[in-house]
This record gives sequence, structure tokens and C-alpha cells, in this order.
Amino acid sequence: MSSKRPKSKEAHKIKGKDKKKENNFPTADEGASEPDHPDYIFPLVLTSATQELFGCRADEDLTGENPYKLLKKEDIVQDMKTRASVSDFSPIKQLVLDYPEDELLLVFDRDFTYGQSFYLVLTVEAKENILKPSVQGDDEEQINHEEEDEEMIIPKTPESRPWMSLGSEQEIEEESVTESRPRLRYKISPLLRRCGAPVCFSDRIALDGKEGFVECPSYQDKSFSIREMERHTAIQASGDTKHSSTQTLWKYPRNMWTQYESREFSPEEKEHHLQSENLKNFITSVLTRFEISLQQNHITDVFCDDWTALCEDDGALTGKTETQLKEYQSFMDLHFSKEKTISHIHWHPTISGVIAVAMTERLSLEERIDNSTKLLLNPSYILFWNFTDPINPQLQLECPDDVLCFQFCPSDPNIIAGGCMNGQVVLWDISAHVERLQDTRSGGKNISNKLDKNNVTPVVRYCAVSGIENGHKAPITDIQWLPETFELSKLGIPVENPSRISVQLGTCAPDCCVLFWDLRPPRVVSQSLTDVKQKSEEKPLENPHGVPNTFKHLNLTWKPFIRVSLPKIGSSGEYSPLKFSLRDNTVDCPTGDKPPQNTDREEGCGFAQLRVPSAKQQKPLENISTKLYVGTEDGELVYTDWKIEKDNDSGRLLSSKPIHRLLVHDTLVNTVSRSPFFRDIILTVSSFSFAIWKEGVTSGPILRSACSKMLRTVGHWSLSRPAVFFIGKEDGSIEVWDLLQNSHEPSQSQNISSAAVTCISTSSISSKQHLLAVSDRLGTLHILQIPWTLRRSSNSERQIVKKYFEKEEERLEYFEKRQIQHEKEKKEMEAEQQRKKTEPVMPLKQEEELEAEALKEYEQFLALEKVILKNMGLLTETEDRSDL
Amino acid sequence: MAEVEETIKRIQSQKGVQGIIIVNAEGIPIKSTLDNSSTVQYAGNVHQLLLKARGMVRDIDPQNDLTFLRVRSKKNEIMIAPDKDYFLIVIQNPTE
Repeated sequence: MSSKRPKSKEAHKIKGKDKKKENNFPTADEGASEPDHPDYIFPLVLTSATQELFGCRADEDLTGENPYKLLKKEDIVQDMKTRASVSDFSPIKQLVLDYPEDELLLVFDRDFTYGQSFYLVLTVEAKENILKPSVQGDDEEQINHEEEDEEMIIPKTPESRPWMSLGSEQEIEEESVTESRPRLRYKISPLLRRCGAPVCFSDRIALDGKEGFVECPSYQDKSFSIREMERHTAIQASGDTKHSSTQTLWKYPRNMWTQYESREFSPEEKEHHLQSENLKNFITSVLTRFEISLQQNHITDVFCDDWTALCEDDGALTGKTETQLKEYQSFMDLHFSKEKTISHIHWHPTISGVIAVAMTERLSLEERIDNSTKLLLNPSYILFWNFTDPINPQLQLECPDDVLCFQFCPSDPNIIAGGCMNGQVVLWDISAHVERLQDTRSGGKNISNKLDKNNVTPVVRYCAVSGIENGHKAPITDIQWLPETFELSKLGIPVENPSRISVQLGTCAPDCCVLFWDLRPPRVVSQSLTDVKQKSEEKPLENPHGVPNTFKHLNLTWKPFIRVSLPKIGSSGEYSPLKFSLRDNTVDCPTGDKPPQNTDREEGCGFAQLRVPSAKQQKPLENISTKLYVGTEDGELVYTDWKIEKDNDSGRLLSSKPIHRLLVHDTLVNTVSRSPFFRDIILTVSSFSFAIWKEGVTSGPILRSACSKMLRTVGHWSLSRPAVFFIGKEDGSIEVWDLLQNSHEPSQSQNISSAAVTCISTSSISSKQHLLAVSDRLGTLHILQIPWTLRRSSNSERQIVKKYFEKEEERLEYFEKRQIQHEKEKKEMEAEQQRKKTEPVMPLKQEEELEAEALKEYEQFLALEKVILKNMGLLTETEDRSDL
Repeated sequence: MAEVEETIKRIQSQKGVQGIIIVNAEGIPIKSTLDNSSTVQYAGNVHQLLLKARGMVRDIDPQNDLTFLRVRSKKNEIMIAPDKDYFLIVIQNPTE
């Protein structure tokens, strides 16, 4: 299209114009037909003359940078007029004339964008556009060039353009509210006459009448109902719960039992198992393990705590330093102890803190005879002392005569047996007063009761005395109960004691016999005679003195059932025993039953109801030794058997001869006591020395003390330490002998009182308190506390003491052997001496014999020499012959 | 049979041995040198102890197994050697 225009223009121009131009035009046309140029652009060529004329010379006035030139329209018209068809502007004559403005823009087209070197802008608008934007464009281009170098782009501010209405004005006009007409004005005023007139105001409630108010209640407008399309809801799941209850059926209880037995194999099965290979393999494989372990145990005790074992021994030495016997209490009775001495002490076996003391007159035999009438009036007593009351004795036991020794029955502490000066055996029963003893021990809570008894010490009379004819004929010096495990039959054979009560006791006196007594009434057979007598006796004597009936059957008729006499060995006569000691044999029952406790038994009836069993029923016991040691007046220790043998010749019952006797002491033996730890160790004490013996060792005592200057009056083993014993002396001191420390002298000596010690007894109140009761000749009873060192034994003490005794025994044996050897040597010596004496009888004969013998020897020697040389090959045959 | 006897004699000849019991795996005694009541008592109690001990050892380490059990008491020592089918109990007083 565009190309058409210039063509039309050119055609137009061709019609009326120059041929040169036509050449130019087609080329221009050709040139112009190819580029697209708008209508308002007319490319044309300007000759140099024209250029000079208009001052637009190419490359001189108009350059690339400044290609625009405004030409006046008048000038162009003038040019056209002057040069008519030669003028370059002739083709566009009409256009120029039509141009409304005065100036036309001529642009130097250096690049021939529109086909020619110049083009003319034909419209005003285009001119404006080109100039301004081009100017701007130039500016901008320049700026852009500049800015391109700087690499910054300045945002283009939008150019304001004139408003172009698109129809929005109408909408606005419609919406806007404008006054369509002028506002109307009204003025209202009431009638004049009403103004100023009085007015009456009144109240009116709004609710009165319907005209008071107008209600506009809200109502639900259906047109506005909103349907809920979406709703938030929370849901929780919960388990289904159901309440339920149940009850068990009540059934009545019923006893059920079941019995089981452990499974066992029958013998065949056992055999089968024992034969199996499996078992053999098992045993052989397991054997080594066992042997190792078994031997390990013997090599060393893995669980033995050496540290504790060690310190125990040391503690004994470095522990408490007190070694002296501390005086704990002393008892002296003012009423009864005047001019009396204590002959025997015995602790109450069950009630701790109660001790019984036998008081006797402190007179010699002659004095006794002189004062015999007086003595009859002053009865002697056994006093019971309690630690809580040091002034008043708790109980008094009346004795028929001075009691030299007494003992509590081991199975029943309420029965006390004592031996008197006149040879009688006395029995007491204090069961009625036991509560008193126990009460006061506990501190005497019943004060009201005590008020009556405080001043008066109850006196208990003896309940049985032995018959005088059959008892001892000398004062009884020792009395001992037989243990409850066995009893003796008529022949002295120990038999089993089913009742487990001590019913028999033994006594000895210097009348050369040891008697055994039985507490039970004699057998029914013999009772027929005595029964009547007893009954007749019982009736008139119905407890005149408040004496219990325990031993009524024995009173005054009591006889010993065994009499053991002690004939001397090797000579006529008998030993006179002073003290004796039985071996304390307790029988172990096979089933392990222990003898029943005696506390609850009523002994009162017990003894009377017991009967001596018949000899057939009794079962002899085998393990009991029937031998006893007897210490005699002459200082001998006699070892004898109490069994009675029947002498076949005369049919009489005779006691056997003592087994052996040892003379060790110089004076009478005043103590024979067994060690509480070793059943076969016996301590004998006489005035100047004491000895320790071992049963079975007949050669001599194991230990014999040196003679002391001070008389030794009594000895007693310690209850807690096997190596310790106490010796009482005449000067009132106590010697403590500790075999572990010294065996030639006492380890300690302590003076207790000024008078001679008459008796010692020990008791252990508790593990921390061991007491030593010492009585002296003045009648005072001293209670001493045994210190810790003497009380506490170390673990191995018993072993050590045992070994010591064994060593001593070996020493004795060695001595014996030495003696024998000595005798043998002596005999040999004598034999030799005898031989020597018989030698010088034949001296001559011997000389001749000697010569003959010498010759013989020489010949023998020569023969021997020959033989040897021959054997050695040194002797030639010729020499041999020549010698022959 | 003779081997078993001989072995028992060997063990018995050690010092301080008080009794020997051979028990089968269920705790029923097969042979014993003690009286019947003691045997049965020992067998039953030891069997239970053995099960517990073996269970404990194997629980701690399943590859492990009990070879020997010694119970030392104040008066004596009881030694138990278990096996698959039997076990042997020896009672010893080691401090004689």
C-alpha cells in the first residue's frame, strides 16, 4: 500500500515532469518499493546545487548526528518557480503547496533507509513526531549510549497522554447524586394566639395504651435463612462399659488331707541302674572332681577367718588389766555366826544369787565333848543367803547336828541332803519356801508380806534322817548325789533310771566305808513288815513341826542299800575315806531325748510314789564307770570299784578290793575334785601339797606341787577356764593357779580374810559375772567377783591343757621306762661285775690256750696266703711243690 | 557294678566323708551309704537346688553348664556333681 502511494505520487509526478526524474524515480521507486516507508515520508534526491542553495549539503550541514533541517515552504516554492522542472522539489510541488505549515522537515538519510539520501516529511504530525521523539530519541539514544556504558537503566517516567474516554464517565455520572432540582423550603409556624398561652404538662407512661409506643420486634426473616454448609465437630471414642457382678456359691468348709510318700526305686530297678554303662561312665568322670574338692577341704580351711581367730588370743592378754578378785559382797550373820565356822558352801542350782552355807561349831573334838550339853541346846543350821539382803539370811534349815557337807539334789533343787557329824544323813524339803527365796531375789515387791517375815527367818526342819544304827559311825565328810541318768541296783550295777530323777546318793565317812542310799521307799516285799510300823509311826507323828511328808517313809528308818568297804591293798585294815569323787557319767540316749525338765514336777509326791524296781526289770547300762576315787585320811588316793561281788565261798556280798592306791600326800586329803572340763583329771589337795591325777595313769600324779609353807585347806576348779583352779590357804588367802602360765607357783595370790579358808565354790551368775564364794573359819562368807582374765577362756585353751596333761603323762611313762631301763642296766652292770670276779680263777690255762690258738692262727694264715697267691697266679708250681 | 563300688570306696576313704548318695535325674536315690530317711531327704532337696542352680547358670550364659556345686554349712559340706542322667552327692565334714 505504502509503496503504492509513492507510486501514485511518482506517477503523478511522471505525468508532468522531467525524465531524469523518471530514471531516478524508478530507481527510487525500486529502492523505495523495497523499504517500507510511511506516507508522510517522501524520499528525494537533492543535487549539490540545491543542497548549496538550501544549505543542506550532505555531510556538511546535515550530518548523521544532525540530519534534520527545516526548510521554509516559501523557499521551496520560490525554488520551484525559478527552476521549474529542474528543481528537485518539482515532484512534490503539490504536497508542498498543501502543507499547512511554513516549515518542512528535511531529513538527511545517510543510511538510505527510504531509498534516497534525503527525505522530506510531509505531515505536520510526522514532523512533530520525528523531531520530538527523535530529538528525544536522540537525547535518549545519547543518554542510552552513555548509560549503556554505565550499565544502568533509569526507569522511564510514563509520559502523560491525553485522557481517552472509554465510557467510564457515564457510569460515574449515573452514580453520582446531583441535585436534579432546587431544594424546596418551607416555613411552618403555629397560630399566633397559641404562642405564649399557658400550657399544662403531664406525665404519661409509655406502656399505657397502644399508642404509647410502637414495637418493632425482631422476627426471623425467612429470606435471610442461612443454611450451614460446614460445621466443626469433635468426636471421642469410648469403650463400651458394662456393669456386672458375680457371687461365689458358699460352700461349707471341709477338711481335706493328703499324704505323700517319696518315690523310691525297687531293688531290681536299683540293680538295673547300678549295672548300666551310663552310671559307670558318669561315676568315673565325676570322681576326679570329688577327690580334688575333698582333699582341698583338708589342705586348708577356706572359710576360716584368720583375723578374728588371731585377735581372740591376743585379746586375752592385752585386754582388761584387772586380775584381782574383787570383793562383791560378804555375808555375816550376827545371830548365828558367833563362834561358828562355815563348813560347806553350795550355790543354789537354779535361783541365782542364793547361796547356802552350813554353820558348824568351831571347836575341836575335846572341846566338843566338854561342851556337849551346851551344844545340844544350840542347834546348828544351814543358812540361805540372798544377795539382796546381806544382813538377814533368807532361810534356815535346822540340822540334828553339825553338818559337814550338804548338796542340793540336781534334779530337784528343793531337796537338800546333808551329812552330819553324828553319821546321819539328813534330808530337807524347802519347796514351801522357794517362793520366798525367789521373791526376795527379785527385789521384794510384796512389802506387806515381808513385814511379817522380815524379822523372823523361817526355820525349816529336816524331813528325814537316816537311821543311826545302819548309817555311818563317823562324821560324814562327803556326800554326793548320783546323776539322774542312772541308778544303782543292789549289786552296784548301774542301771537305767526311767524316772530321770536323782534318787540315790553316796556318802563317805572315816569309818572306812562308802555308803549308797536310795530315797525311794524299799520294795513291797520287805515293806510288809515295815509298813505296819510306818503306819503306826505316821499316825502319832502328823507333821508336828510342819515338815512336809516328802520323805516320811524314810524317816529314822533309812538304810543304805550298798555298803562299799575299802580294804587295804596288801595289808589288813581299811582306808578311811574323807572325800570321794565319782566319774560324772551322763548317758546319751540313742534317740537323742534329753532328760525332762524338772521344774514343773511335784517332787513331793514323786519320791513317795517311786518304788525301787525289781532287779529283773532293770536294764544295765554299759558305758558307766563304776569306779571312784577316794581320798583318805592318810593322804592316799584310792581307786576302787563300788560294785558288790558275791563271794562264792561264803555267799556274802563283798565289795571288791581297790584297784590301786597311791600315796602322795603327807596329811589328810581335804579335796578330791574332778575337773569340769576333763572327766578324767582329778585334783587332790592336802595340807602341804596338791596333785593332779589322770584316771588310768597309775604311776603317779601328772602334776605335783611343791610343798608350801602355808597349809592348803581346800581346792576348787574354775568353772570357765580349764587350766585354772583355786587353792585356799590357812592364812585366809586364795591362790589362783593357771597351768598355762606357771605350774610351779600360783599365778596370783590374794588375801581374802584373816582366818583360814574353809571352803570355795564357784558359780556363774551370767556370762559377765562369775562369782567365787569363799568361806572362812570365822563364819564369814565372802563373795568375790572373778575378773575377766580368769573368767574367759580362749578357744584353744582346752586343747593346750589337754596336750599339757598328755605331755605329763608321757613324761611319767618315760620315767617308768627309764626306771625299767635303769634296772636293766643295773642288772647288766651287776652281771658284768660278777663275771669279772669269776675271771682270775684260771689264768694259766688261758696262757697255754693262747699259744695254741696263736699257732693255729698262724698256720691258717699261711694256708690263706698260699691260696691267694695261687689264685693270683703269682705262685709257680715248683714253689708250690717245694713248700709242700 | 564293681567299678561303682570301687569308686564309692575311694571317695569314702577320704577324710571326713560322712555319706555318699547316687541319685537319678528325677531325684530318686539309687544307692546310698546313709539311712533311708536321710537319703530321701537329701535327694529331694538337692534335686531342687540343682535344677535352680543349673537353670541360673544357663540363663546367664546358654553355652555354659553346671559342673560342680558345693554347699558349705556350719557343720559340713555337701558336694554335688550333676550329669545328664544322674548325680552324685557327697557329704563331708572338713574340719575334723
